[in-house]
Amino acid sequence: MGTTLFEKVWNAHVVTEVKDGPSILYIDKQLIHEVTSPQAFAGIEKRGIGVFRPERTLATPDHNVPTKGQNLPIVEDLSRFQVDKLTDNCNKFGVTLYGLGHASQGVVHVVGPETGTTLPGMTIVCGDSHTSTHGAFGSIAFGIGTSEVEQVLATQCLMQTKAKTLKIEINGKLAKGVTAKDVILYVIAQISAAGGTGYFVEYCGSAITALSMEARMTICNMSIEMGARGGMIAPDETTFNYIKGREFAPKGAKWDEAVAYWKTLYTDADAVFDKTLKYDAADIGPMITYGTNPGMGISVNKNIPTIDSIEESNKVTFNKALDYMGFHAGDSLIGKQVNWVFLGSCTNGRIEDLRQFAEFVKGKQKAANINALIVPGSKQVEKQAIAEGIDKVLAEAGFELREPGCSACLAMNEDKVPKGEYCVSTSNRNFEGRQGPGARTLLVSPLTAAAIAVSGKIVDVREMLN
Amino acid sequence: MEKFTTIQSTVVPLPIEDVDTDQIIPARFLKATTKSGFGKSLFCDWRYNEDGTPKADFVMNNPLYSGKILVAGRNFGCGSSREHAAWAIDDAGFKVVVSSFFADIFRGNALNNGILPVQVSDAFLKSIFDAVAANAKQELNVDLVNQVISITGTDLKESFVINEYKKTCLINGYDDIDYVLSIKDKIEQYEKTSKYLDLLKA
Ligand code: SF4
Repeated sequence: MGTTLFEKVWNAHVVTEVKDGPSILYIDKQLIHEVTSPQAFAGIEKRGIGVFRPERTLATPDHNVPTKGQNLPIVEDLSRFQVDKLTDNCNKFGVTLYGLGHASQGVVHVVGPETGTTLPGMTIVCGDSHTSTHGAFGSIAFGIGTSEVEQVLATQCLMQTKAKTLKIEINGKLAKGVTAKDVILYVIAQISAAGGTGYFVEYCGSAITALSMEARMTICNMSIEMGARGGMIAPDETTFNYIKGREFAPKGAKWDEAVAYWKTLYTDADAVFDKTLKYDAADIGPMITYGTNPGMGISVNKNIPTIDSIEESNKVTFNKALDYMGFHAGDSLIGKQVNWVFLGSCTNGRIEDLRQFAEFVKGKQKAANINALIVPGSKQVEKQAIAEGIDKVLAEAGFELREPGCSACLAMNEDKVPKGEYCVSTSNRNFEGRQGPGARTLLVSPLTAAAIAVSGKIVDVREMLN
Repeated sequence: MEKFTTIQSTVVPLPIEDVDTDQIIPARFLKATTKSGFGKSLFCDWRYNEDGTPKADFVMNNPLYSGKILVAGRNFGCGSSREHAAWAIDDAGFKVVVSSFFADIFRGNALNNGILPVQVSDAFLKSIFDAVAANAKQELNVDLVNQVISITGTDLKESFVINEYKKTCLINGYDDIDYVLSIKDKIEQYEKTSKYLDLLKA
């Protein structure tokens, strides 16, 4: 019997196995940020040890950083303290840091791929659940807790129980106005926010292989929102073309050798998955969430489910979510006023997302009621956007390009949505209070966000495309 | 880590599904650089009004309910990987969380902090909620050695699954890092023989 992509990469990283227990996996790269690492560094200090392989960890502050005036000291005391702590720890333990102001600083999951740090066949971890993003390159990448960050700092290994494998195959062509974000929101709505728990996903099928690298990252990024540990896509020419020439990509003879190895990273035809799901790309419309977990999504032209269509055990949660959102079962969302738009995050803060948004708003005007936060995922994305004149297009339409960070994705900095307000967001989580206490989040694609930003209310973007 | 064998306690019932870690501990509390003190912010936005006064309808503010066991609806701990969620639960005095389903990362984080996640069937979870609704002082007994959870004073019980290795760690109070550190020679050996690591060298 053949092996799956996941198993191939996994097997290549098993250092040893605990009898009747987990495997010890070697970790090729750990990414760290300011929020989930201080206790891990404190832990190794307490044990009286150092970082075992400092060159295999890369740090950048993102969660707490302001998205304006990054050249100035951070105003908020606790945020500044946490970012300073990251700098101190990196200096003390010899870890490379892309600090504020560095040309490569940004959201960890944007920085990894664009610097060529993320490569096919690697094991990558980070104290952040959206580490699954890096699976788009055919690597095993997943989020871990702080004790595990400490474990990797101390040993470059991680004790892990092997996940089951789930194949998600999507065939066909996406309709106009439908993007990778809609695909993943659709899949999560089908299988629920817990439907992938215990699994590692492999996405495949013609609708997936047709996607650009950035779109693939959007898909893998949200694997965690169905409960899966991670998601992967087999590397192909699209992958190799994206990586070639990036800062840390192999060069010269090493490149050829690497590509030859990466080409072996696919699921064998006779490999067996623990579970398989198939979808048709033609069934997918522009998605929007109406509730308080990413599984509560609908095609924007459909109505919120009625209470009788909800499973008995889920009714309390469903009602609680609608109550929080101020929506009613069975209602349509079209035409509802929205005052906030957030474009950014590790899901949709890359250059293609900014391009898509800018292209749509070009020659139009931001609706008067809209407050927009347009946040590039990294310094490199920001630089590229400026080089392409995207900042100007945005400015002419009444938008402003900010500086990189996680921003309103989790509202740890100043970028918060006020209580009770609706925000269409290209990020990945619509949990209660995620974008600020009492904020109401509706997850959408960058294209739908653009359509709503110029309309001031919820619209079906397809009706605005010629 | 504290050793764990058996716990008998009253419970705090939270019959809500998909409780995500943003609810367990909202992001704005993640700016601390130590592990302690998160308990007072556990479930903050459900537990307190904006002015900091307790919300009367939240279970942790109801004097009838207390204990070392938190019982919650399906898919507990989904969302962000923040271990602060486990620290907050621990700091608030809970030793066990019972649910009919746990999100993966939370389960791991809990175990790494000496909190036992006990996964039960939907039917047994309902029995617990019913028993606690009938009697707020109802106790549960969680026996890690025999892997059995029971509703005391009744014959209702169920066995639960736990990884053998993790069970040994909890019973003895060991942690993973001690173990992995003890096999450093094997890690170095792996580094020497891995073809891929060699390939990635500049
Ligand atoms: S952008 Fe959002 S989801 Fe991504 S790493 Fe930052 S906080 Fe997490």
